[in-house]
Amino acid sequence: MRNRSSFIAELDSAIKKGTMILPEKTVVLMPLLLFLLFAAAVVSLSLGRYPVTWSDIYDFFTAVLSGQSLAGCRKLQILKNLFIDIRLPRIVAAMLVGASLSVSGAAFQSMFINPLVSPGLLGVLAGASFGAALGMVTTSTWFAVQISSVAFGLVAVAAAVGMAAIYRGDRLLMLILGGIISSALFTSLLSVVKYLADPYSQLPAIVYWLMGGFSAIDAETVWAVCIPMVSGIVVLISLANYLNILSMGDEEARCLGVNVRLIRMMMIFPATLISALTVALGGMIGWVGLVIPHIARMLVGPDNRKLLPASAVIGAIYLLVADDISRLAFTVEIPIGILTSLVGIPFFALILAKSKKGWN
Amino acid sequence: MSFICMDHVTYGYGNTPVLNDINLCLGKGEVVSLLGPNGSGKTTLLKVLLGLCRPQNGEVRLEGRPVRQINAKALARRMAYVPQTHKISFAYRVIDVVLMGRMPHKPFFFRYSTQDEAQALKALEQLSIAHLRNRPYTEVSGGERQLTLIARALAQGADILVMDEPVSGLDYGNQIRLLAQIATLADHGYTFIKTTHFPEHAVWISDRVVMLKGGKVLANGHAPMVVNEENLYLLYNTDIGMADLDEGLRVCVPRNMLGHFKKRKPVDSFNYFTPNPLKQVI
Repeated sequence: MRNRSSFIAELDSAIKKGTMILPEKTVVLMPLLLFLLFAAAVVSLSLGRYPVTWSDIYDFFTAVLSGQSLAGCRKLQILKNLFIDIRLPRIVAAMLVGASLSVSGAAFQSMFINPLVSPGLLGVLAGASFGAALGMVTTSTWFAVQISSVAFGLVAVAAAVGMAAIYRGDRLLMLILGGIISSALFTSLLSVVKYLADPYSQLPAIVYWLMGGFSAIDAETVWAVCIPMVSGIVVLISLANYLNILSMGDEEARCLGVNVRLIRMMMIFPATLISALTVALGGMIGWVGLVIPHIARMLVGPDNRKLLPASAVIGAIYLLVADDISRLAFTVEIPIGILTSLVGIPFFALILAKSKKGWN
Repeated sequence: MSFICMDHVTYGYGNTPVLNDINLCLGKGEVVSLLGPNGSGKTTLLKVLLGLCRPQNGEVRLEGRPVRQINAKALARRMAYVPQTHKISFAYRVIDVVLMGRMPHKPFFFRYSTQDEAQALKALEQLSIAHLRNRPYTEVSGGERQLTLIARALAQGADILVMDEPVSGLDYGNQIRLLAQIATLADHGYTFIKTTHFPEHAVWISDRVVMLKGGKVLANGHAPMVVNEENLYLLYNTDIGMADLDEGLRVCVPRNMLGHFKKRKPVDSFNYFTPNPLKQVI
């Protein structure tokens, strides 16, 4: 037993000099997860209809890294086409979507102090689905569909936040109610669009889109959304300190000097943007944003400083593997949204039953 | 010089005034207890003090400066809120809860430094609960949770601690230990402003007692003077007797309990089915 006053003196000198008092925790999990993600990406690159051997991958990347020109070799040309233009964009898209949905899910769960919340809480997914469907019916270009999807995702959340601002009362509760209203509104508008769509061409396209999938991915779109999605994820992770405080309740957060409204909006905007972008990239992919944060919480605990990065990486791995299964399991591709729900729901039920602490 | 002053503070939700023309001056280093029946405006007064509610009328001043002119972070470095023990949804470690107190000292984007961790640990050690640092906050006892929140206030560097019913939900022993802890910290120069439902607690450790009823100040002054039978009757509409124990420690007893107490009879079944509990203990 240490003497108390000497311990306090020791702490005082630590405060002055900045020496370590608490032993540094050995963090093996994050490097491990990142390695798993890298491994999953490399394996995914090798999987597919066109047979590729490990030595092909090795040859290709040594050629690229050594700066060798690919033009001379036909085989390398084919491999470049396969890896860089076809498989890599899809792999990156799956990782981005998985990471985005998981991070915004985790952030929303802490912000709304409710472990049952998912990224669609404020209506972004409903709005983005409606936007995509509307785009499919009224425009002919894929780009317009994606723009419309993102735009209506943002509009739906703006509507929810606007409604919450008008009504008096508990801010969080009003935001949730605004989200419910906004979601319901855009879901019914989606039904209207479905009803008006051409039942032979447009309606199947909408329905198929809403099941989620990366088969329509093109390289340019992926590289274009890469920057906003990664920066959205980075912003959310860099505000994780505030999430811990927000989850103690508004009044406490304000008494700790936090501008609660500003921080909340600073988190809702990137979360909404990256969620809307997931719909533009891969349609509706359910359950990722709810299940992955729970798995991450069981691994690293509830501290958002660790939870958000862990959620991002685990979500990326999860959706990457799910996408591999969806494109390889059967001769016809299974929509990934169906897969994530079918796998996610029982898995979720299982881990909740097994975990003693519930969502702690 | 007045430390914290409320000048003609009026606050209401909608049209019903909760605080009606409150004038108060609190001194530096005082332990102030707010007494009052449910709905008398105690908690609202704390919220106005903390700047959570902006008064419709009047002004709160800290060392002469209006509180609404002080920015949130600067105010948080002076004044800390210790809420009633609450059950939070996420099981953060005790040290992480205390670390949140360092927030007002940090820039917008930040990481807690090793200094912050040492500060948090020191705050825990000052309250002798450093051994709990890695336990989940949700799993420690109610008393330990309240101490954790006080440690957070200390880590915040605040010299004014605003507490809403600090002893509520604690067992009797923990209540007393918490009061002793507050008294010790007050000796080190901290100012406490707390609400309580126990007149005794107010007499035991407070310098000043403020009685609130219907949003107005009923009495305000030196604790042993203000907490008397007459004022308690006015405050609670209950006849409360006061007595001094040997060394002068004051206790409160509700007089109307005497009648009920005398009517109690030994319960028959007790004699039949339970052996003398005293014997068991011995």
